[in-house]
Formats: sequence, structure tokens, C-alpha cells
Amino acid sequence: MSGASEPRRAGLPLRILALGLAGLGGAVAVSFLTLSATSALLLSVLVAGGVLYFLFSRFMGWSDRWMVIAVPLLWLGIFFLVPFFVLGRISLSETMIARPPYSPLWETDAQGNVEIIASLQNYWFILGDALYRNAYLSSIRIAAVSTVFALLLGYPIAYYIARSPEPRRSFLLLLVVLPFWTSFLLRVYAWIGFLRRDGVINNILTWLGVIDEPLVMMQTDFAVYIGIVYTYLPFMILPLYANLVKLDGALLEAASDLGASPMVTFFTVTLPLSLPGVIAGSMLVFIPAIGEYVIPALLGGPDTLMIGRTLWDEFFSARDWPVASAVAIIMLILVVIPMMWLQSVQNRQEDRP
Amino acid sequence: MTSNPAIAANTRPWRDPAAKPFISIRNVTKRFGDFTAVNDVSLDIYRGELFCLLGGSGCGKSTLLRMLAGFETPTEGKILIDGVDLAGTPPDRRPTNMMFQSYALFPHMSVEKNVAYGLLREGKSKAEAFAHAAEMLKLVQLEKFARRKPHQLSGGQRQRVALARALAKQPKVLLLDEPLGALDKKLREETQFELIRIQETLGVTFIVVTHDQDEAMTLATRIGVMTEGVIEQVGEPREIYETPKSRFVADFIGSVNLFEGRVGPAAPDLMRVETEDLGPVVAPPVAGLTQGQTVWLAMRPERAWLTRERPAESVNCVPGVVQDMGYVGHMSSYMVKLETGRLVRVTQANEGRRDNPISWDENVHVSFEPADFRVLTE
Repeated sequence: MSGASEPRRAGLPLRILALGLAGLGGAVAVSFLTLSATSALLLSVLVAGGVLYFLFSRFMGWSDRWMVIAVPLLWLGIFFLVPFFVLGRISLSETMIARPPYSPLWETDAQGNVEIIASLQNYWFILGDALYRNAYLSSIRIAAVSTVFALLLGYPIAYYIARSPEPRRSFLLLLVVLPFWTSFLLRVYAWIGFLRRDGVINNILTWLGVIDEPLVMMQTDFAVYIGIVYTYLPFMILPLYANLVKLDGALLEAASDLGASPMVTFFTVTLPLSLPGVIAGSMLVFIPAIGEYVIPALLGGPDTLMIGRTLWDEFFSARDWPVASAVAIIMLILVVIPMMWLQSVQNRQEDRP
Repeated sequence: MTSNPAIAANTRPWRDPAAKPFISIRNVTKRFGDFTAVNDVSLDIYRGELFCLLGGSGCGKSTLLRMLAGFETPTEGKILIDGVDLAGTPPDRRPTNMMFQSYALFPHMSVEKNVAYGLLREGKSKAEAFAHAAEMLKLVQLEKFARRKPHQLSGGQRQRVALARALAKQPKVLLLDEPLGALDKKLREETQFELIRIQETLGVTFIVVTHDQDEAMTLATRIGVMTEGVIEQVGEPREIYETPKSRFVADFIGSVNLFEGRVGPAAPDLMRVETEDLGPVVAPPVAGLTQGQTVWLAMRPERAWLTRERPAESVNCVPGVVQDMGYVGHMSSYMVKLETGRLVRVTQANEGRRDNPISWDENVHVSFEPADFRVLTE
């Protein structure tokens, strides 16, 4: 077969492309250097990665497959891994009145000995403080409740779209993504107009005579739920739709033929088969909702405690970068663990064709 | 299937004019917008039959089956099963079960759960349902695979699970949509007889939709040949093959040579037909034909006789040249070009080890017995 020699020929332009990307990555990494000394370490990791990549591509013939994942790897490396390590490094230091406002990672004394200064005290502080614990728990609660509501609202919508005939289906999908065409911030501000004391909802209800006193909706958790569900609903609908539209209609007919009412068919066939879509949609809503800052800041009240806001206060009001970094790292771990668990569930699901 | 004459007599209720049909399809029409999928079909099917609806794609056979199952509602006409009009009865309350072409097995359930699904919906207890499911799996010889998921099975095994699932509820009528369509040839032939065995064991009425005429011929007690939403002919496989009513049926079932001709002067016990390709030939007489009327002569390839010399006693004989031949083992298939340029398909059984079989480019004579022509007017 000539297949063995062909990838090598195709590899050349790809290699040039990868070199260019690596150069770009290097430049970005160098710019990080000015921010933190840890970046030097990361740059060396990148360089080591480059050398390893060269060796593997030269002697193991991996080149072309590597090319494909090189771009996302590089992207993740530069925009996720590097900032993550920078955060991790800051979280291990102490706050100082300096520029940048934290202690260096190592000190060189008069004899030229290098002493590494790192401690986990910020983490102990956060875990021991009820304020942070409550902020985490309340973030998880708000995100979870919002996810459940988004699912209850999004599932029927996704189901209806998936069952619609073609011209209508495209139109409905367009309506789902339409809100993205305006600024997210504007849309959240628009909700203030609806929810406030003399807002649209209160005015209509008063005019109809349903209520005498205006309802207090702004600056409550209720407003935050509305904001989050409204904002993230498309992220629930789209993966659910993508799953439900694949559902084989013959399975529903088979269930009906075997004596299942439409309701029973839904719970025994449709719902179990759409579980991967439910998980994907829930993840897409839950994860960003946990770290949500703007919605609770604009719609929530002083009681609405969410970790995004705590983080903001720590960074910008208290200027305590090390504690803020530790807060961010703990949040990341809190999000990553359920995500990995769900991912493994989903993988098990997808083992089936 | 009809090897036992005693059974054969009992299983042919359609020959008895007093027999009461089990399924009555009366003047059923189904339209989708402007398109008429099923056009005024009336059909009676008897208890215990294995009835095949045979036709090409888009002929309306599947739509008719889906109307029996309740997935489609007839635009006009009605369907009765066991004397009960099924109009307005949803699929989940009909005494029918369906085996889907794609099998439609639930991918998230094990084989036994698939089979027990319908039983659990009936309100049977779990123990009862699974015990019965195990019995059904035994019937289709899949008891060892009860815990597997459908994707862990081969195509043939999946087909049997689908059959077991559809039969588990002991329906009065089992509807099978292209039941063997997804199987390879060898497995299909084995499964055909397996289907017949199961049908005879349970005595359930089967209605099979298929586009495969061999399958229909092997399986069916009777065949309904459909085209363009209409049933062209209903009959036993032999009837359909030997005495097709129309050119469509003759052409659809098996292969056939069709010759156009005009009815010649009448003679006692036989009829002369003037054809362009064969010249004047003698055919069996058909009542009610007038001289000069256009008719078609249908001739099965295996009924013609191919010789190098003109047979002395032959009534109908035309010369030609072998243009093509194919050796298939038990028989050889020839394409003979007549003097008019018309190609005639002739098959000859390879009975003995003939030393000098007729081959390419030989001049031959094609002879037919008058009785081997079927005269068609439609």
C-alpha cells in the first residue's frame, strides 16, 4: 500500500503551519513572563513539549495525527493551562503591599542559596471560613436549581422542535439562538425593567387587579434564577435538540404497538435514550452558572451569595490576590469533579451505538 | 409447507366460500395530500394464514400494513379484525403486533427486557413477564442471549429478538414489515422456514410485507400482488405464478417473456395468435375474445425448449441465435435473439452431463407447447 508514504508528503505544509503556531505560542508565553516568574517554568515545559513532539514525529511517525490535535492543545495550553498555573502559583504565596501584590515564590539570600516560599495557608483559611463555605454551597445550590428549571423548561421546547416538520424546525432553532444577537449585558438589564418595583410585570398585575402591593422581585434569589435560566436556556435546548432529533421514530411506534401509552413511552423510551443530551445540556448550564458573576451582581440582592462575587470582591476590593486565587482554584476543582463524573457516565452511555 | 395434504386442506379456508374472514379490509383508501398511497383496497384474510403483500417500493404495501397496526388512519373505508371495527383504536389497544423492518429494538434495554416490555405494559408482574419472555426467547433459540444488549447481537439474532418481542403479547395478528430484508441470502433462506415453523407452532395469523418474490413464494399461503396502491391479484403462490391475471403480475413474479399479438381466426380447442416476433402461434383458447383483439402471450423461460435442429412435431417454433448464456449449475440461462431482433430468455435444466451443451452464437430453435402460453388481455 502506498498509504504509508502519503501522510509524510501531506505532512510538510502542516509542519510549517505547526511551526508558525508554535512561534505564536512562544510569543504569548514570553509575554506571560513579564507577569510572573512561574511562566519561565511553563515556557520550558512548552519547549520540552516541542522537543518531544519533534522526536516523536521524527522517529515514531506521529506527525500527522499530532498536527490535528496540536492546535486545540496549544490553545488550551496557552489560555487555560498557563493561567491556571499562574493562579496556582499566586495561591501559594502571601499577600504583600507590592506590585504585583503577593510575595515571590523564591528568594535568594546573600550566600546565593535559593529558598522556595510556598504555603497552603490560603486554602486552610478559605476552608475554615464559613463565609467562603456558604458562598460555595449557595453557588452550587443556585446553579443546581437553575439547571433543574432550565431542564424542565428546555426539554419540552427541544422535544417540540425535534418533532416539528422541516421548515418550522429551522425557524424555531433560529428563535432559540436569536437572543445571542444582542448583548448579554443588555438582556440582563432588560430583566431589571421587567422585575423592578414599578416594572412591567408589577404594572400589568396591578392594572389587572391581581395584586394591590407591587411584588418584590428584584434583588432576590428569584430574580437570579430567572436571569440564569433565561440566559442559559439555549445551552440546554441545543444539545437536547441534537439528541432528540436523532431519536428513531420506529422506537416510539414499537413502544406504542406493544401497548405503551404516550406517557409510558416517554418515560421508558424517550427519556432514557435522551439522557446523554440531558447530561450535556445540564453540564453546559450548571458549570457556567456556578461561576456566574454578572447576573447575581445585577439582579441579586445583598443576600445572594455567589462565589463569582466573592472572587471579585477578594481581587478588586480586598486586593488579596493569593486568597482570591485559592478561591478560584477550589471552585475549579468543585466544577471539574462532577464534570469528570458526568463525562464518564456519558462515555459509558456512548459505548452503545 | 403443504406436504401434509390433511393440513393443506384445512389451511385453505379461502377456497371455501362459506368461510368467515378473520381480517376484513373494506374499500380502504389512504391519501397523503394529493398522493394516493392505497386506492380502494378490499381484502379478506383468514385465521392462521401467512399472507404476503408483495410489491415494489412505493406500491402502498407498507401503508396498508401500517393502517392495520394503527399507525396510519384510513382516509376512507374500514378495517375489521375478528368482526371488530378498528377505526379510532390506537396502536396500543389493537390485537395486532408489528415486527418493524429496522427491528426497532430498544437499544438501552437487554434482550429479555425488550421481549418483556409489552407484557409489563399489560400489567403482568415482573416475574411473570420475564418468565414468559424467557419462553419466547426459547422459541427463537436465543435463551443464552437474554442479558445482552441489542448492539451485542448479530443481524439474524436481532431479527429473532424482534420476532419474539412482537409475539410475546400473543397478538391475534402479527404484522411483519420486510422481516428478512436485512439478512444475507443464506440466512434469509434458513429464516424463512424458521418463520413458517413458528407461525405453525403458534397458529397466529401473519401478514408479511415484502418486495422479494422468492420470499413471498416460499412463505405465503396466499400472496397479494400490489402496484400503485391497488391489489392486482390475490392467490396461492402457484396460482400467481402459473396463471397471472395481468402483464404486471406475470412480469413481477419470476421472469417472463411477453409477446404482443392479435387474435386470429377461431379453431376448435385452440386459438391462433398473430405475433410480430414469433409469427403465427397456437395458444390455449380463452373465452370472450374477438378476432383481431390485441392480447399478450406470457411465456416462462423454463417452459421453452431449445434445440439445434427443428423438432419434427413442434407446433410453435422460431429460429434464433444464442446471444448470451449463463451457467448457474442446476440450469443454464440463454438469451436468444430472434430474427426480428427480439431477445427471448430461455432456461434449460442441466439434468445430465451433456457432452455438447448449446453455447454462444449457435443457431437454435425455440419451441413452446401451446399450453405454456398464458394469454393476457390486461
